[in-house]
Amino acid sequence: MTFMIPIENGNGVKNAEADSQRTLYPYVTGTSVVAIKYKDGILMASDMGGSYGSTLRYKNIERMKAIGKHSLLGASGEISDFQEILRYLDELMLNDNMWDDGNSLGPKEVLNYLTRVVYNRRNKFNPLWNTLVVGGVKYGEKYLGMVSMIGVSFEDNHVATGFGNHLARPILRDEWREDLSFEEGVKLLEKCMRVLLYRDRSAINKLQIAKMTEEGVTVSEPYSLKTFWDFKAFTNPTVGAEGSW
Amino acid sequence: MFRNQYDTDVTTWSPTGRLFQVEYAMEAVKQGSAAIGLRSRSHVVLACVNKAQSELSSHQRKIFKVDDHIGVAIAGLTADGRVLSRYMRSESINHSFTYESPLPVGRLVVHLADKAQVCTQRSWKRPYGVGLLVGGLDESGAHLYYNCPSGNYFEYQAFAIGSRSQAAKTYLERRFESFQESSREDLIKDAIMAIRETLQGETLKSSLCTVSVLGVDEPFHFLDQESIQKVIDTFEKVPEEEEDAGEGEAEPEAATGAAGTGEQGGSGDQDVAPMEI
Repeated sequence: MTFMIPIENGNGVKNAEADSQRTLYPYVTGTSVVAIKYKDGILMASDMGGSYGSTLRYKNIERMKAIGKHSLLGASGEISDFQEILRYLDELMLNDNMWDDGNSLGPKEVLNYLTRVVYNRRNKFNPLWNTLVVGGVKYGEKYLGMVSMIGVSFEDNHVATGFGNHLARPILRDEWREDLSFEEGVKLLEKCMRVLLYRDRSAINKLQIAKMTEEGVTVSEPYSLKTFWDFKAFTNPTVGAEGSW
Repeated sequence: MFRNQYDTDVTTWSPTGRLFQVEYAMEAVKQGSAAIGLRSRSHVVLACVNKAQSELSSHQRKIFKVDDHIGVAIAGLTADGRVLSRYMRSESINHSFTYESPLPVGRLVVHLADKAQVCTQRSWKRPYGVGLLVGGLDESGAHLYYNCPSGNYFEYQAFAIGSRSQAAKTYLERRFESFQESSREDLIKDAIMAIRETLQGETLKSSLCTVSVLGVDEPFHFLDQESIQKVIDTFEKVPEEEEDAGEGEAEPEAATGAAGTGEQGGSGDQDVAPMEI
């Protein structure tokens, strides 16, 4: 692939050929992923929507996938880049399994590998347009982290991507605890996903919740949240603030 | 041992199916001074004899830290050993950088072995003339491996390589069954006693040996002279004026000690090439 940073000449003409070789903007995108640590491991939630700009084009996209025995990867952003990342990880895990030596890559290793890949692509001005969340439990240690499309990565007790950062994290900062039970964790995540459903235009009411524990990784069947649209604030949104919407 | 007809090239087989150049490379390992490794469930100890070219020079470094959780002891052509240690450090640090996780020692050893094998199948290369005792940790605990110039590698509970290593191996064979559950201190003591076996008569002093330890909660590091001497003192009789030749394990010191250090590399091996330490 030839790579050139496009340079404008005097007439404002850009180097179209080189541009066709690299990612300029995303096309089919997934919205937020929200994840928390709980007593027995990690819980992660995402909806199943794939937007094509402002159109909610695809409604059956699984944006969370198990990686090996110990980890789960959730992605928001460009779906095709997510699929390519899954191919990279497939090869990585295949080689890891081929060693057949009792050692295995855990969630920390997966996240750091992805960080290297994503950062490298960013440096070549050809990013993988995703924000990735990796969680898992290995030998009793819980791990939850994320990496953005520019290669910034970190671990935390709760993470979210995109709109989730603005709408879900404040809820989690107030209500997350170290010793949440499975039911409490699911309820907390559903609360976050409901707020996102109300307020994020790219969210759809069809979500999956994934659970990661020492025993393994399971992704739930898709289901929908109960919503209530008759809040007084919804029926008369601008009362008290004329002119707003 | 005259096998001249088929031993010029590493890529020439003998009629009996042997690659003599590879076997000669393994001879080089036997000429180097002794290196010993032992492991328990949670710790690995590497020890070696400090051999110097002459009284004027310092001794060659034979134990290298590869990473916090991997160390290697070499015997044979130390220059080859240094190059391979650098390769191991490079592999280890690249893995740490990409995965933020220590490279499992079992995988490093396979990389090393594959590298050594390449040299046995190219006509323009020669095999590495160094044996490596690689000690390290992975998910299943502590491991000790021996990497041959032939490209083979084996896992051991305890092993010794280099000159007069047979004496150490005999000592280790008697005791190895207890090593898996040994404490860290007992493992170190056994390593130093095995070193003593290779000295065959010379007094064991802390200046004569280098000892390194690594463990599940202990990064690789060398023991200082004081600690080594303390362990030696627990089983060597404290130096006294009288010569009690028949006193159990105790050795007559000073007089024979000086003579012993004077003939470094001389006893037994006639022509030790300068590059083989």
